[in-house]
Amino acid sequence: MSITATNRSIPDRLGSPAQRYLKSWESLLLLVAVFVFLLNSLASPYFLDAWNLSDATFNFTEKAMIAFAMALLIISGEIDLSVASIIALASTAMGAAIQFGAGTPEIVAIGLSVGLICGAFNGALVTGLGLPSIVVTIGTMSLFRGISYIVLGDKAYTGYPASFSFFGQGYVWWVISFELVLFFVLAIIYGVVLHKTNFGRAVFAIGNNPVGAMFSGIRVARVKFILFLSTGLMASVAAICLTSRLGSTRPSIAVGWELEVVTMVVLGGVNILGGSGSIPGVVIAAFVMGLVTFGLGLLNVPGIVMSIVIGMLLIGVIALPRMWQQFAEKRSA
Amino acid sequence: MSSNAVHSEPNESQIADGVAPILELGGITKKFPGVVALSDVSLRLYPGQVTALIGENGAGKSTIVKILTGIYQPDSGDMKLNGTIVRFPTAHHASDAGVTAIHQETVLFDELSVAENIFIGHAPKTRTGLIDLAEMNRRAQELLTGIDAEIDPTVKLRELGIANKHLVAIARALSIDARIVIMDEPTAALSHKEIQELYELVGQLRDQGKAILFISHKFDEIFQIADRYTVFRDGQFVGEGHIADVDENALVQMMVGRSVDQIFPHRETHQGEEILRVSDYCHPTEFEDISFTLRKGEILGFYGLVGAGRSEFMQSLFGITRPSKGVVRIEGEIAAIDSPARAVAAGIVYVPEDRGKQGTIIGLPIFENITLPSLDRTSKRGFIRLAEEFSLARTYAERLDLRAASLDQDVGNLSGGNQQKVVIAKWLATRPRVIILDEPTKGIDIGSKAAVHEFMAELAAQGLAVIMVSSEIPEILGMSDRVIVMREGRIVAEVENEQLTPESLVRHAAGIAESVH
Repeated sequence: MSITATNRSIPDRLGSPAQRYLKSWESLLLLVAVFVFLLNSLASPYFLDAWNLSDATFNFTEKAMIAFAMALLIISGEIDLSVASIIALASTAMGAAIQFGAGTPEIVAIGLSVGLICGAFNGALVTGLGLPSIVVTIGTMSLFRGISYIVLGDKAYTGYPASFSFFGQGYVWWVISFELVLFFVLAIIYGVVLHKTNFGRAVFAIGNNPVGAMFSGIRVARVKFILFLSTGLMASVAAICLTSRLGSTRPSIAVGWELEVVTMVVLGGVNILGGSGSIPGVVIAAFVMGLVTFGLGLLNVPGIVMSIVIGMLLIGVIALPRMWQQFAEKRSA
Repeated sequence: MSSNAVHSEPNESQIADGVAPILELGGITKKFPGVVALSDVSLRLYPGQVTALIGENGAGKSTIVKILTGIYQPDSGDMKLNGTIVRFPTAHHASDAGVTAIHQETVLFDELSVAENIFIGHAPKTRTGLIDLAEMNRRAQELLTGIDAEIDPTVKLRELGIANKHLVAIARALSIDARIVIMDEPTAALSHKEIQELYELVGQLRDQGKAILFISHKFDEIFQIADRYTVFRDGQFVGEGHIADVDENALVQMMVGRSVDQIFPHRETHQGEEILRVSDYCHPTEFEDISFTLRKGEILGFYGLVGAGRSEFMQSLFGITRPSKGVVRIEGEIAAIDSPARAVAAGIVYVPEDRGKQGTIIGLPIFENITLPSLDRTSKRGFIRLAEEFSLARTYAERLDLRAASLDQDVGNLSGGNQQKVVIAKWLATRPRVIILDEPTKGIDIGSKAAVHEFMAELAAQGLAVIMVSSEIPEILGMSDRVIVMREGRIVAEVENEQLTPESLVRHAAGIAESVH
């Protein structure tokens, strides 16, 4: 790879910023998002309505909050499949708190604490004992939700205070919901942490080569532990929003969300094997998934078909660039 | 500097002394990007004889083994089996031709049973095409009994010790009726008693008419079991002959004697005060009682054979593994180093031997690799500042004369030598007090080698204390002010450079008593 320049100055980067953005995963996803948007507006006359669009955002805001934290975790080479069960446990704890007369601040504090404790538990098992995170979190996935089932059985907690309903049902301005604002705020926070801080750089380094990162003086276990904590915390933030929106807690709350969250992260261009990805990608992926489910909902497509479409979308978006690359290689060969 | 004319050409009489070689390699050349691993070498193996392959680390021994077993393809040269030219495009072809290898770390399958390991790829089948377990176990038992190995063929391989794993590998060699058995440092991890048993087994194989290629660093065992020898040096054939015709001194000379075509930078050492003092460093399994001091501006060489515990000790000094005992003092003050982060903070940095896994972070661009341990300096309150990063990375990339298309390029696309420059740049950017370089020029091209050497000299001249672990004798002699030789986890010699000769280094490292010329 040596170049024969006599002037030994090495350029910082090659190509203009515009060229890099054009080639990026995010721009491809943005095209998909625009395409889905156009398709939806052609398919259903009810789509292009401010309130309908606002409703559509609830399809992804809660999942996306978890997806931001999950993106960092997956980039670092780990995964947390217990997030939906953390929602169940956090929601159950909040519901139980009402029975003891807790007010909204206490409920929120309890919900967030449960998320942090669950995240710390996962993180300790993975970083302290060196267990594979996929196994640990499949275990805690059953464990956390199992506790919910034991506490609630076939009952449900209701009777959340009126002020609590703001998180999932409140609007900040016109059609802009609190959840949507929170989604953007968290997107900015996670985007800045991942792309603009030393911590984010460590996350990428660990994901590309954990041994090399350790040999470079990075405290790998500590970074990973923090990422598990953040994922647990975001799961509990999602639990607060979802519980508030539904107004009740059942042990089956958010069943299957872990896979939708992971799908969102991977669709957003995060390498499932770790090492690369971006928050803007996850943001666009969240919109794509939200638009697709909402559009299909307007067309009265049943839920089963929706999951087929989401599955196809995931495989298609990931396979197409690879197929294009192979096609291009064959042509040039 | 030495006479390498002893046996520089294989002469025809050696080939014709009774038996014809079963396997004959001629003019074998193998190049890797930036390195010529083998250059026009030849090798002959005779049925019923043990041929010892001798050479320093990096002489090309493992490359030739990989060519013999079909893992690498030579760029040129040919291979004759019983006089006919053969090619081994895959490991399977080599195995079919009767070539089998027993490695340092045996490549067997821990989770399979002993019998399955022996018969993998050629298991006896029942009429329905399924594996005939009973027959397989019976035949495995037969083979194991035949070599006096008391091993139950039904247990999983991972339950066996290394010596028994070797026996399983030998049983496997017998099961495929191997005609050529390669043993690559088979005794490296064995106890004295196990070694004796292995020698007996080698004798048995020889008596069965098998051709054996025996790779070893230990001269006593070469003289005990080999019939013939072949010496490689720096990827070139140096000589071959009957072991009865040579002595240790002659072999050592052939191994190390070289044309001094590598030029090392001229250095004038200005050693300052003591910066590092290591006392009684111990590890339960890897090393024991390591004590030494290091001064500013000094280059301290660590020589030894592979497995002498040098890298293990250095990694412990860098905080990767914890010592069971021992104290490190930096400028007289005790430094508690329990992680690489602490080591870096204390001013000790480590350029590892395994560049791909431990040195670089492939997937990240060059500048991010360089600034990774220095982010605290280039950032502000934890927020990265790209301009500062690029400027720091550029400073060190240019000091090391890095050849790259841009600083944003993935470090994985660089050549080995340039990757090494990135790793060194990364550590220099932390402004260390002690830099440990573990095999700093292994597998890199001559040009980068010279650049690394020159740079090392420059660093020492600027007062940095340098520890250089190397298995290359010219590098050790050409660069170090003082050399510590390690063997089996202990320091066996500490010598000022002026008193060193290649021969004495090899003797210390291999544990050969000083002999009179």
